[in-house]
Amino acid sequence: MAIPRFWREIPSRYNLVGSKCGNCGTLDFPPRLVCPRCGRRSMGKMERRKLAGRGTVVSYTIIHDAPKDFDMMKPYVLAIVEMEEGLRMTSQVIDVELGDIKIGMPVEVAFRKLGEEGEAGVIHYGYKFRPAR
Amino acid sequence: MKAGIVSYGGYVPRYRILPKEIGAVWGVDGEAMGKGLNIRAKSVPGPDEDVITMSVEAARAALKKAPHLDPKDIGAIYVGSESHPYAVKPSATIVAEAIEAAPIMTAADYEFACKAGTAAMQSTMGLTLSDMYRYGLAIGADTSQGAPGDALEYSASAGAAAFVIGKDHLIASIDQTISYTTDTPDFWRREGQAYPSHGGRFTGEPAYFKHVVSCANLLFKRAGTRPEDYDFAVFHQPNGKFPVRVGKMLGFTDKQMDTGLLVREIGNTYSGAIMVGLCAILDIAKPGNRIFAVGYGSGAGSDGFDITVTGGLEEIDRKAGRTMRSMVEDVKFLDYATYAKYRRKIRMREG
Ligand SMILES: [Zn+2]
Repeated sequence: MAIPRFWREIPSRYNLVGSKCGNCGTLDFPPRLVCPRCGRRSMGKMERRKLAGRGTVVSYTIIHDAPKDFDMMKPYVLAIVEMEEGLRMTSQVIDVELGDIKIGMPVEVAFRKLGEEGEAGVIHYGYKFRPAR
Repeated sequence: MKAGIVSYGGYVPRYRILPKEIGAVWGVDGEAMGKGLNIRAKSVPGPDEDVITMSVEAARAALKKAPHLDPKDIGAIYVGSESHPYAVKPSATIVAEAIEAAPIMTAADYEFACKAGTAAMQSTMGLTLSDMYRYGLAIGADTSQGAPGDALEYSASAGAAAFVIGKDHLIASIDQTISYTTDTPDFWRREGQAYPSHGGRFTGEPAYFKHVVSCANLLFKRAGTRPEDYDFAVFHQPNGKFPVRVGKMLGFTDKQMDTGLLVREIGNTYSGAIMVGLCAILDIAKPGNRIFAVGYGSGAGSDGFDITVTGGLEEIDRKAGRTMRSMVEDVKFLDYATYAKYRRKIRMREG
């Protein structure tokens, strides 16, 4: 991924900063500049909103054929997590045995390496989820 | 006015490898090796973990325990490590962003073998005492590696600890701190080398023992204390043998040293070692308890701290997040091949 794009996304990737529409109250993650429901009526009313980082697994799959940055970890769990705030995110679940992952499992945010641009390139960091303890 | 600890947090990855498993690969009796080192297992970082991710986990754990703490009041972040992921690009900048302390603050990475984290504690103490800023965040973290087959491979592990240092809302006051530093080439790593070199037996007497004992005696003198005045004692723990021996030499008992001696279960976390030990002590300490702590870093030097737990320890939420004990006990054992893959000891095709 290009450095400028990743750099712009640091607040959301590191700290789960999404957006809240000041018109209808809808939360979005990643953050949006314009509310898809309200369109122009949301202009100038979009606020930053940080998610608490807690959620529940609503669906998951086991990845056996992984993209390059995740190759070291395969097979691993990719899950759709419903956050406390109600919105859903897709992310890897770490620190869990494949046999232990369950729908309904409470998870919390963790900070991990997401990938790197080769041995000499920049390292990307961000959120993943792990079983809540 | 005293400086001290405002909050603390530790992190240990859940992967472990047994000395027996390492020894089997190199034709060595690993079990005997582990017994000799007094190390039952060592922690291994996952393939997506490094000093920066572990530092963030430890720093977030510290903030979670103390919700009164506004990260914007943290005026400095220093990350001590000998395994920073970047040679140039400070780990501390990423930690600062990940705990939302940036941008109005200062940051830097420290390196002093295994005592870079305690050096960061001392710097933040001085800077908060001089009112340069309200709080400083001192982190010690490492994902150290020993060369395959080297004695260090049985101990070099991964862990991190973070201490918020300040003058108000103290959970423990640091009543005295003193250091002892010399030019002693017991352990080093040249730029560009993947693995460190060490002076074998030379790492014992003239290095670890001389510095820790000298620093401890200076600390006793300055604090006007004796070993029996302390409830807990913790020393740098490159293995499970040295800290026990040095503690006995100084007059401490097993009981005083037991809580902080995590090396037996997780190995040597280098810059994290004495600091994760301190975290384990703070997890169970009571107001009024006194802690004697002397770290050590090759090269060489020792930092000593005379610490008294305050009533503030009961004001923070120690149950928020995981305790050191729960992290030490949450384990997944790896075989050597998986460990070698995770630690990138296997040469992969480029691209
Ligand atoms: Zn809207």
